[in-house]
Parts: sequence; structure tokens; C-alpha cells
Amino acid sequence: MTLAAPRPGTQPRNATSDAAPGVGRRRPRLPFSAWHLLLAPLALLFALPLAWLLLSSVMSDAEINRFPPALWPSGIDLGGYRYVLGNALFPRWFLNSLIVSAVAVAANLLFGSLGGYAFARMRFAGSKVLLVLMLATMAVPFQLTMIPTFLVMKRLGLIDTLGALIVPSLVTPFAVFLLRQFFLSLPRELEEAAWLDGCSRLRVLFTIVLPLSRPALSTVAVLTFLTTWNDLTWPLIALNHDTQYTLQLGLTTFQGQHHTRWSAVMAGNVLTVLPVLLAFLGAQKSFIRSLTSTGLKG
Amino acid sequence: MPHHPAPLTLADPPADRSDPGPGAPAPRPGTAHRRWPSGRLRDAHRREAATAWAFVSPAVLIILGLSVLPVVWSLLLSFQANDLVTPSRWVGLDNYRALAADPHFSQAIRNTLLFTVLFVPLSLVGGLALALALNRRIRLVGLYRTLIFVPFVVSATAQGVLFSFILDPEFGAANSVLSRLGLSPQGFLTDPGQALAVLVGITLWSGTGFCVVVYLAALQDVPESLIEAARLDGAGRRHVLRHVTLPALTPVTVFLVLWQTIQSLQVFDLVYVTTKGGPLGSTTVIVYFIWEQAFKSFTAGYGAAAAYVLAFALCLIGVVTRVVRGRTHPQGAAR
Repeated sequence: MTLAAPRPGTQPRNATSDAAPGVGRRRPRLPFSAWHLLLAPLALLFALPLAWLLLSSVMSDAEINRFPPALWPSGIDLGGYRYVLGNALFPRWFLNSLIVSAVAVAANLLFGSLGGYAFARMRFAGSKVLLVLMLATMAVPFQLTMIPTFLVMKRLGLIDTLGALIVPSLVTPFAVFLLRQFFLSLPRELEEAAWLDGCSRLRVLFTIVLPLSRPALSTVAVLTFLTTWNDLTWPLIALNHDTQYTLQLGLTTFQGQHHTRWSAVMAGNVLTVLPVLLAFLGAQKSFIRSLTSTGLKG
Repeated sequence: MPHHPAPLTLADPPADRSDPGPGAPAPRPGTAHRRWPSGRLRDAHRREAATAWAFVSPAVLIILGLSVLPVVWSLLLSFQANDLVTPSRWVGLDNYRALAADPHFSQAIRNTLLFTVLFVPLSLVGGLALALALNRRIRLVGLYRTLIFVPFVVSATAQGVLFSFILDPEFGAANSVLSRLGLSPQGFLTDPGQALAVLVGITLWSGTGFCVVVYLAALQDVPESLIEAARLDGAGRRHVLRHVTLPALTPVTVFLVLWQTIQSLQVFDLVYVTTKGGPLGSTTVIVYFIWEQAFKSFTAGYGAAAAYVLAFALCLIGVVTRVVRGRTHPQGAAR
């Protein structure tokens, strides 16, 4: 504990520059801290499996199947990627995942905004009960609903189509609720002025409220994308034919069928992880904020 | 459908802090009456209600249709024999009785509990330790945080595929490293004695980052004045940690216990991708059991009964946490 850095723990991450001496030009002035000796190896430990994923995706199968296997590629071999992308189904799975996720994101933004706005600002009979009921559904574990949801989708004739994945993810209570909370935090006066000028609710929502709600909208978009893109359970239940598979489901099947071609499996794995990784790195701030703030405002 | 990582309101519906009450925003009941004659007012209200219903109906239809209806349906199913194809037959409590006598189900419960008991404390303690270490202004700390959190966004499928490769007994890097260190190779996911622990390890790799992020945010909310006051009173770092920082983190810890427990009781994807419940049923967890019953053996009623047992357990945990939270942190609800 005596090895502590010059600024002990409790400084907020985004402290403004007047918070402490030396913060204004803080980068060059920070001396080396002994904490690096602990943190750097730990961070590397967490990064190691992903680094290994990337490395093995550019190894040749000969290198991987040697005993003991090579731990460092002798050169960059894109054979794995070529095999995966040449596999007729893999691009298809990628496209399927993209379609399902894109529709889910767009629909959650639209229906979440509409529902959230009505619950935040409008008066209608039953709104309280409905809101509580919607909130309660967030606590229902998916395992409880998956069998009947399968039966519902079967009646609708959607099993083994992307529709079976899209319909249940069109709008989540999370999106409605998060946006409602955000709308409540906006100053009401802006809307009232427009409203009294005769703007319709829809127009107020789209021209005044939503442009102010970028942070909440991006949170909903990122989390919806993450969960739909990464889901395996429901696609596994709802899809039968491999032309309909999503990337996650396809990847497990692909692994099962090509377990001797590890470089191709790993190349496929990289392509599966890459979109969420990019989405996360691109929206890191709002992502972390959403994870921490939405939950802890109890 | 897919469960978002952060609805987090399970036991704790956020308070309607600034809820305008019925009558937002426009014709506020009191003033509106003065401004409008009652006929026009009623018209305005009716139009308002119609618009509101139009706005909420997609969400209501989908959310309630695909969760309230299935919850009830599931309950009915659990009293029936159903193969997902032919009409089902009423069997009363037979499914539950069979569950109580099914050694596979009790094994699934044991495995799930073991997973939970290992994963929850380890991820919390590890997350807290990492958060405390990361909560300082040093160079590269942003990079460290990112690297530690990044596995959280990797899907369970990708994790499973990656680790079945790394831990492959013959071609895996793990055994290759072990042999270079002169240690004997391990079976990892193929060894009934190790598989569940290995799965816990993989989940720790991806799940600890969540605790880190939540703890980091909470640490930054600990009022600095409190810490300075304790310092002035002569408390050392250790005392500050024990008597100021940790107590301030209690509500977050309660939340994380609840959240991580729910996550571990619902583990499925990773098991499906890596071990399929094996070897020798050593990694069959409850959700895997439910899935197997419903969609592999086509005994959906039996699976639904197992799902209800799980839901009941989750419910119980929610209630217990609520009580504990109410006791340790009475002002928590007002936060």
C-alpha cells in the first residue's frame, strides 16, 4: 500500500484540470509508479487469450498441429481467413447476424423511444400498471419463457427463419425504461413551448426530444447490438437449417465440423468477435457509463 | 429476448423520482380546467390517450406478449406432458415429482450451485481488488482498464471456441506451455474432475471486468471529504479502506452479488459450446438440463417444470437480497 501513486485512489477519472496541481499537463509529469509492476502483468493476462486468438488465426495448420504446437507464428498465413470466407456459409451467417442485429437496434431505438416518451410525458389510463408490468418482465429469466416462445413462434410459422430471432428482439423493456428515465431528466419547458405552438407529440419527440437524447440512444444501440449479436441460446432453439444460422451458432457448428482446421476456426472466431470489439472500442465511454449508471440508480 | 447485461432493476425498480404524475405535461389537471371548457378538455384528453396508446402499443404487444403470456403458458406446460408437436396431456404434479427423483436434475443443481459458489465470490473479490488497484491516476491506467474489461464483450460462444482450442489436451497452447515448464499435461475440459472449475475460470476471465467497472464507478463516488476526514483523524490507508471505503461500497456489493448470482445460475452458452454438459455430466447445469429436456428429448413439460424450479430459486434470491439490502443500507432505496 505504501507504493501508492502520487494521486491516491479517489480522484474522479475525469477530474477537471483545476482539481489538483500538475493535472493540467498531467501526462508528461506523472512519475513512474510501482503499481505498473502489478497492473501491467495482470492486464496482459486478461489480454493473452485474445492475443492468442489473433495469433493462431494467422498461423498455418501445420504450425498448430505440430507437437508441441508453436506459440508464435513463423509468418502471417491468411489461409484460415481464405478458407472461412471461401466457405459458402460463413459470409451468409455473418449477413444473417448483421440483419438481425441491425433490425433489433433500429426497432429498439424506435419503439423504445415511442414507448419511453409516452411513459415519461403522456397521460393515459393504465400507464402506471403497464409500466410496472413491463418492469417486472425484466426480472423474468429467459429460460422460463423460451419453451412457450418457441411454441408461439411455431404457431406464427417463424421457426427456422430470421423472423423468429427478430420478432422477440424488436423491443426490450430495458430500452423503453432507459429512454423513459432519460426523457424524464430533460427540461420539460422545451417541449411545452413546441407543444403549445401546435406541434404534434410525434413531432416534438423527433425534432426536440430525440436530438437531445443521443447518450441514451447510443447506450440502447450499443447494448442491443451486443446482446443480439452475441446470443446463442435462442438461435440454437429457433433455427434448424444452417443457411439460416447466425454467426454465433454457425461458429459452433463450424468448430464441430472442422476441428482439425484450427486456423480457420480461429479466423472465423476473430470475425465473430471483431464487430462487438469495434463497437465497444468506438463507444467505450457510453458503454461503460450505461453499465454502471443504469443499474446503480436504485 | 436476449437478456441485456444491465437492466439491473430486478430487485430494485428505480424510484419515480421526477415522475410528473398522471397529467403530464400539458393540461395539468388544476390549471387545465380553468383554461378549457370541459368538452374540449375531454376531447384533448381522449386524443392524448389515443396517441399514447399508439406510442406504447408496439412495446406492450411484444414485451407482454412474449413474456407474460409465456410465463403463464410455461406454468401450464409444467403440469403437462408435451413433445412440442402433438397436443399435450395433463399430468398434474408428475413432472415435479419426477424431477425430485431424477439424479440428473439433482446433479445439475449441484453443478450449478458449485459454479455459483465459486464464481460469485471470486469475481467480486477479484473485481474489487482490481478496481482498487486501477483507481489511481497513473500512465496507461486507461489501457489497463480497457484490457481487463474487453473480454466482457466477447460472446460466450467465441470464448468457448477459443478456450476449447487453447485447452485442447493434444494441440492446445496450455499443455504446450505446461510441458515446456516440465509439468504434466492436463485434461482440462475433458477431465470430469476439472471441467467445471475450468468453466468457472473462463467465466472469471470474461466476467470479472464487469465487477471492476462497477466497483470503479462506485469508488469514484466515495466522497473525498470522508476520506480526508479519516486521514486527519490519523487513520492509515488500511483503516480508511476498511472503515470508510468498503462500507461505502456495500450497496454496490449487494447489487453485484445479486447480478453475478443470476448470471451464474443461467449459464448455458459456454457449456453448450465447450462440453455439452460432459464429461460424465460433470458440467450439466440447470439451464443446459432444461434445454436438453425440452429441445433434445422433446419432453417440454418436464423442461418447463425444471425452469419453474430455477425461476423459484431466482425469485427467492431476489427476495433475500431485498431484505438484506433493506437491513444493511436502509437509505439505499432513496438513492
